[in-house]
Amino acid sequence: MLFTVTRTRRVLPHVSRLVRSRTIRTEHTQSREGLQKVISAFTSVCGESGVSTGATVREQHGRDESVHRCRPPDVVVFPRCVEEVSALAKICYRHNLPIIPFGTGTGLEGGVGALKGGVCFSLRKMDQVLDVHQEDFDVTVEPGVTRKALNSYLRDTGLWFPVDPGADASLCGMAATSASGTNAVHYGTMQQNVLNLEVVLADGTVLHTAGKGRRPRKSAAGYNLTNLFVGSEGTLGVITKATLRLYGVPEAMVSAVCSFPSVQAAVDSTVGVLQAGVPIARIEFLDEVMVDACNKFNSLSYPVTPTLFLEFHGTEKSLEEQVRTTEEITCANGGSDFQWARDEETRGRLWKARHDAWYAALALRPGCKAYSTDVCVPLSRLPLIVVETKADLVQSGLTGPIAGHVGDGNFHCIMVLDPDDADEVQRVHLFTERLARRALALEGTCTGEHGVGLGKRALLREEMGPGAMGVMQSLKEALDPKNLMNPGKVL
Amino acid sequence: MSGRVLVGVKRVIDYAVKIRVKPDHSGVVTEGVKHSMNPFCEIAVEEAVKMKEKKLIKEVVVVSCGPQQVQETIRTALAMGADRGIHVEVPAKEYESLGPLQVSKILAALAKKEEAQLVILGKQAIDGDCNQTGQMTAALLDWPQGTFASEVTLEGDKVKVVREIDGGLETIKINTPAVLTADLRLNTPRYATLPNIMKAKKKKIANVKPADLGVDLTSRLEVLRVDEPPQRQAGVKVETVDDLVGKLREAGRI
Repeated sequence: MLFTVTRTRRVLPHVSRLVRSRTIRTEHTQSREGLQKVISAFTSVCGESGVSTGATVREQHGRDESVHRCRPPDVVVFPRCVEEVSALAKICYRHNLPIIPFGTGTGLEGGVGALKGGVCFSLRKMDQVLDVHQEDFDVTVEPGVTRKALNSYLRDTGLWFPVDPGADASLCGMAATSASGTNAVHYGTMQQNVLNLEVVLADGTVLHTAGKGRRPRKSAAGYNLTNLFVGSEGTLGVITKATLRLYGVPEAMVSAVCSFPSVQAAVDSTVGVLQAGVPIARIEFLDEVMVDACNKFNSLSYPVTPTLFLEFHGTEKSLEEQVRTTEEITCANGGSDFQWARDEETRGRLWKARHDAWYAALALRPGCKAYSTDVCVPLSRLPLIVVETKADLVQSGLTGPIAGHVGDGNFHCIMVLDPDDADEVQRVHLFTERLARRALALEGTCTGEHGVGLGKRALLREEMGPGAMGVMQSLKEALDPKNLMNPGKVL
Repeated sequence: MSGRVLVGVKRVIDYAVKIRVKPDHSGVVTEGVKHSMNPFCEIAVEEAVKMKEKKLIKEVVVVSCGPQQVQETIRTALAMGADRGIHVEVPAKEYESLGPLQVSKILAALAKKEEAQLVILGKQAIDGDCNQTGQMTAALLDWPQGTFASEVTLEGDKVKVVREIDGGLETIKINTPAVLTADLRLNTPRYATLPNIMKAKKKKIANVKPADLGVDLTSRLEVLRVDEPPQRQAGVKVETVDDLVGKLREAGRI
């Protein structure tokens, strides 16, 4: 069955909410008695302490770090191993209960909301680092392992996992959302760094996407199922193990900061640095509004103008060359106040502005909340989209300092808004839709790193077009014919 | 001055592991559990390596007492920049009852043998939490001690130590040779990089027996029983302040 609805999804939130709630009412949750039967089945799988219907526990598992409101599941289960996950899934399949996988709840797109109620599978008890293969640069982890926990575990092996989204997220959750971070320009995103996944499908089938226990660094064997599940946001299966690619800890690091007279100059420098073959590790952009916010927040005195924060990884010798080349390029593009530091303490101070960007933005308007946009465009389109977006911000009367992973053409407007001001909420909503469409018009994507989740499904359809959406829908139906896996997300 | 610093390191259960008590209550489960260098020992090694990088001292010698596995911990210290290691062999059975008194006797003997200018230890180990080894070592050697160090500065043949104490910070100046123990804020230990781990494989680790140092390992302590902390009980909600006062009286709290 091809995906039939081609009309553009309504933009106004209250209308789309009505549309959703009509469907919810007809398919929502179980009767009290039905739930009790299922709960005793769950308890026999993961024990008394492995099942909870407590209101607080359910609320905790119905929200993430996005602005989407809490949508609690009917029950939360805490499996301890893949066999339990499979047994629980079989029960849910038999009773047609939605299954929502939950890692750390640090997502930014409402991915864990139980729109149709159902069962939240909290995977935090499965928290073992399973096999570290130092010579092969790979490791296998369970979903309860977060990226900081893994790097701490690996600290005496000389290896690390560099993908670093803002939160200390579950690595399997990062695989599910195809996460990225400031390091992506050098080390890639989850797409490039997952070698194999163990996944439980809605009917309880346990699947190894690259074959059980296999971890070659590359393979040409069959369809790439691993990358099908990377970014599927829990809509195709529950990830219970991930085999990840590791890298050597850099011998040394240098951080640098440089100011520019314009966004164009900053982006031109970025392009220049990448084209010069400098293996730059991090290249982050802050617009002047953000720099001003950071100055105020941390009592710093960076020039209030578009700024690049850079980080280089390598041996002592290669760092010298990298920094020298980069300084020449930034100078040639009108850059000034080039500062750099080698020792950890000064590096920390230099980068503090970028690290505290979120809080600095919030501090611009105390009492408000923040929402981050997430578009990504080809590098050459970045100056245009940033300039147009800033004009839109001014025209709409919105607060939206910009921070971006400019090396990937990805930037975030940190929208600071008063959630009780309905007019402002509406203006932000319309602004973000315009921004996403602007990115799509410039050959980009509506989401560089955060995922589609709940709020970008209409934009996904615009971005992909009916052909690709049809294939996605077919895949969804093949793997999850009853639509139990995280319903209402992505598609 | 010899320019040699002796750093003691201990292999402990990794700080991130959930500790479980053995069913027979004789101790905690260590089989198959991740172990790593005691965090305060990492800080001690880092401080010594920093001194060498600043050319204030000439050689960093790292020592650990225990069975075969402690060699991994010594290798990690070598990867961080220590020059050579000493493994004081203590068989597994005797290791179970090895405590600060025996270790400090070993360290004192080694400090004399190696003509150490400084002995740097972590302030305590995260398994025993004894916080005694540094102090006992200094006493056995009759050397000054700078414990809970959050800042160390070498000044000729003296050491200025800023210590973290209950009321704040205390600065002292002591003669060398001396014993220092590292506190949390002394430094941030470096990660061992792969090239350094490879280089460390070639560095020397000498094997020594406690008897060679004239140390008797017999313990004067006997562990009777190990228990988990009591399970947290559910709280009780009360309706009024009077109820609250009544309940507190019942529990003998007021």
